[in-house]
Order: sequence, then C-alpha cells, then structure tokens
Amino acid sequence: MGRPRPGGGRPEPPAAAPGPGGGWPGLSAALWRRPWARATLLLTPALAWFVLIYLAALVVLLITAFWRINAFTTNIERVWNLGNFTLIFENPAYRDIVLRTVGMAAAVTVADAIIAFPFAYYMARLASHRTRTVLYVAILLPLWASYLAKVYAWLLIFTHDGLLNWSLGKAGVGPVNLIYTNWAVFIVFCYIWLPFMIIPVYAALERIPSSQIEASQDLGARTWRTLRLVILPLVLPGLVAGSIFTFSLTLGDFITPILIGGTGSNFMGNVIEQSVGIANNVPFAAAMALIPVAIMAVYLLGARALGAFRAL
Amino acid sequence: MEPRGLRIALRIWVVLVLLLLFVPIALILLYAFDRSNVESWPIPGFTVRWFSVAWHDPDVRQALLLSVKVGLLATVIAMGLGTAVAYAVHSFRFFGREAISFFLVLPLALPGIITGIALSSFFAFRGIQLSIVTIVIGHATFCIVVVYNNIIARLRRVPGSLAEASMDLGARGWQTMRFVTLPMVATSLVSGALLAFALSFDEVIVTVFTAGAQNTLPLWIFGAIRLGQQLPEVNAVVSVIIAATIIPVALAARIAGSGSVTRSARAVEKARG
Repeated sequence: MGRPRPGGGRPEPPAAAPGPGGGWPGLSAALWRRPWARATLLLTPALAWFVLIYLAALVVLLITAFWRINAFTTNIERVWNLGNFTLIFENPAYRDIVLRTVGMAAAVTVADAIIAFPFAYYMARLASHRTRTVLYVAILLPLWASYLAKVYAWLLIFTHDGLLNWSLGKAGVGPVNLIYTNWAVFIVFCYIWLPFMIIPVYAALERIPSSQIEASQDLGARTWRTLRLVILPLVLPGLVAGSIFTFSLTLGDFITPILIGGTGSNFMGNVIEQSVGIANNVPFAAAMALIPVAIMAVYLLGARALGAFRAL
Repeated sequence: MEPRGLRIALRIWVVLVLLLLFVPIALILLYAFDRSNVESWPIPGFTVRWFSVAWHDPDVRQALLLSVKVGLLATVIAMGLGTAVAYAVHSFRFFGREAISFFLVLPLALPGIITGIALSSFFAFRGIQLSIVTIVIGHATFCIVVVYNNIIARLRRVPGSLAEASMDLGARGWQTMRFVTLPMVATSLVSGALLAFALSFDEVIVTVFTAGAQNTLPLWIFGAIRLGQQLPEVNAVVSVIIAATIIPVALAARIAGSGSVTRSARAVEKARG
C-alpha cells in the first residue's frame, strides 16, 4: 500500500479498477478510497486494548490508592480517604523504605554509569568495526538472557560455598558473607541493568564527530580537558537516557531483593508485593506503587528540563 | 588520539566488564551439569541427570506448557495489534498520532511492578478471576510495544517510493501490500515475534500479579529458589531458559540486524516523544 505524503490526510488517487487477482475487490477498493476508514480499522483494535485494559488499569490503580480495606474482612471498601498515604509518609518504617529504595536506585545508576562509560568509549572510539559488532552482541546477549537466571547465578556466586568465597580463599583472604545483604543486592542490580546503560551511552558517543574531538585537541586541550569539556556534555543525554532505565527498573524490582537480599530485605517493591500477596491490602499496595510512578514522573521532567531529550 | 596508557587501561576495563557479564552466565551452564545436589564451588563432577529429572517432573512440565501457551498467545495478539498500529501510525497523519507512540511505550518504560499491580487491581475491580487469560493479557500488553517498535523502525527505513511505484504500475492497494510492503518488512515481523516470545517467556514480575494458582516456568523457578528447594533441577531448567531467551534474540539480531534488539535504546527514543 502507498501512503500519503507527510502532513497530508488527503485521499489517495483511486487505484486501478478492481480486477481479477485479489479477494473482495469491492471491499478492497472501498477501503482504499477512504484512508480514514483504513486508519480506523487498523488503529481500533490496539487502541481499544490499550484504553480498555492498560489505561483503565492505571486509572483503577490510581483510584484504588484512595480506598481502604476493612480490617476484619480484608474486603475493599470504596470509601475515599488518604489513610494509605498518611501511613506511608508518617510511619518512619515506610519512610525509610522509600528512602532506601531511592538511595539504592541512585547508587546503582551512578555505579553503572561509571562502569559503562569507559566500555562504551572504547566501543565507540577505539574498537575496529568488527570488534565493535562483537562487543555490541556481547552486550545484547546478557541483556536478553533470562532475568531470573542472572539473579540466580549471583545467588550461586555469593552463597557461602560459592565461587566468590572459593576465589577469596585461593587469594588467601577470609570468606565474606555477602549473600542476604544490601551490598549483594546492589551488585546484582548493577549487573542486571548494566547493558541498559551501556547501549544509550555508546549511541551518544558514536554520534560525536571525530572532527569535533580533533578540533578540541588542535586547540590545545589534553585528553582530560577534551573529555570534560567536549565529550561529557555531548554524552550527557545518553547517560540520562540510561539512568532512566537503571533508576526506574531498580525502583520497581522485588525479585532481586527477595532472592539476593533475603526475607528481611525491604524495598518498595517488597512492600507492594507483600501487601498484595500476604496482607491482601491492594489499596495500600496501590498507594505505594504510585510513589515510583511519581518519582519517575519528576525524574523524566527533570531530564527534559536539562534538555537531555532534545539533544539525544 | 588517546595516550597509549589510557588505551591500554580502556582495553583492560573492557575485558573486565566482559568477564563480569559472562562469568555468571557461564557459571549457570556449568552448575546445570553439577553431579552434586549441593550448590557449592568447585563442582565435583558432571552429569546430565538433572535435565532428565526436570524433564520428568510434572510441575516443571506443566509450567513449561503454560509458559509456551502464554508466550504463543501473547505473541499472536501482539503481532496482530502491534503490526496494525505500527502500519497506521506510519502511513497516516491524524490527531493524537504522537500521543499514541508515547502511550504504547508506557508498559515498557514504567517498572513492571506498576503494570502488574495496575492489572491486578483492574481484574479485582472488574471481578475477573485470575487465569491463563489474565496472564496472556498482561504479557500481550508489553509485547505489543516490542512488535510495534520493530515494525515501525523498519517501515521508516523502507522508502515510500517503492509502494508508489507499485501503485503507478497498476497494482491495487492489497497487491502492493502483499507483494511490495510485506516482503520488505517480513524480517522485522519475524524478529518482532521472536522478541515478543522471548520477553513473555521470561517475564516474572507482571506474571506474579496476573497469575492465579498456575505456575509459568519463571514462577516455578522463582518459587523454588525462594524456598531453596529442588535447586539442582532449577539449575537445569534455568540453563535451558537462558538458551530459550538468548537463541530467539540471536536469531532476531541475525534476521533483522542487531539494532532491532536494543530494547532499552529504542524505548528511550520513543519516550522522548
């Protein structure tokens, strides 16, 4: 099928008269002369799906957060109240959980940016074309490899008789008990989200014309000065793009905290999961879930204000 | 050019990061053949016994079957809806077109737990019992995005002049669609389907909230690891899952180019509107 030129919603010239060789020539021609009918036909199913299920679900989530459950029957009572939010903000335990989660997300984001930048820099500026392709695939495979498999692998590494303590033993250092600590959770998060940071940073680095870097060097700037004044500002949008993922994915995860952090680990995701699965308090879980949404909204607005989106 | 010392340092850094990325994955594959039933390093010897144990475990079988069913159904739905909407967004200019692009990416841009809890409250609100249907609904919702992204990216690269030439030569709309446009986007359809299946097959967070009593394979694994039970079986299953998630992606990358599988970069590109 042809398509209208950009900006034009105007009907296309009618195609050749319906002839043999296609089914339903009448319907085909009728649709063909009415682009709006084709567009409606194509868009309706997916949009209906999104509006009636996904958007409706998000709206229900928002509304549910302002309801409460009956303490005895655990049935949802459709009574408007702010009880869930006052509980989250006034109870120091929940405040700590929110702060701990945000702190973890920030720490993971910074660590991944530090790990990703030199890797992406090598990929974009030093590697040969062939090496670059190989490295790209080397990032993509762990990105797509099963999430649970990757988390479980770290459980095997951190466990008391695991690879880590064996290696430390060989190096003559005593065993460490990393498993079921927040340090372990931090390392696993960094590992799992690393490819999400490398890819946009690489894309941003690759787009810098070498002439711009050469110009900086011709004008007398040394490596570090070029890096700080020319490359970093140009890569910033890529770093921000990557950080959106590392930050958002860490905020909402509860699988890694449960498996690596143990039953005592307490992040927002854990609270949400337990509120639904154990306490059956969906309104409270919904209120808790709105916090990462709000944080991400602020984060995205901040990124936009920095001009990160425009420059990308 | 970078000084020599810096270049060497960067090279070492790259090797270290690659080791970091691949040692855990290699380790899982080794543990799958571990003769012992205790998870410790170094492993004492090799066996393929645990694959057979897992294969004959009715729980694993049921979970595998459910995962495959869910993956196929979600992929079919996502292909139908995602292809149609990608084609429409690409071909027509209409009010709210940009909003659609942004909106469709939300399930991938927001943390999975939001999609999960939102759908869970929605099903509770509407009185819908959790079943395979609700799992498929949850998975299809984010699979649509992957299909949409893949196909629209391809459509943008295919020159519109080819379709116009076809029309000028007298082909009718459906003929142009079938003989010109479709062959040009065929590989992106295949890669979109593969990626959608891989994503669904591995999804755990959304599934936790949308599955009733049944287990998908990731839910079975999550449960087993959480309780610390049947870990030798978990090793075998997990290594198969790694293959099941990596192979479709490697295929998709081969078929449609590695650009089609960068799920993060693409989503960011969309999210900025």
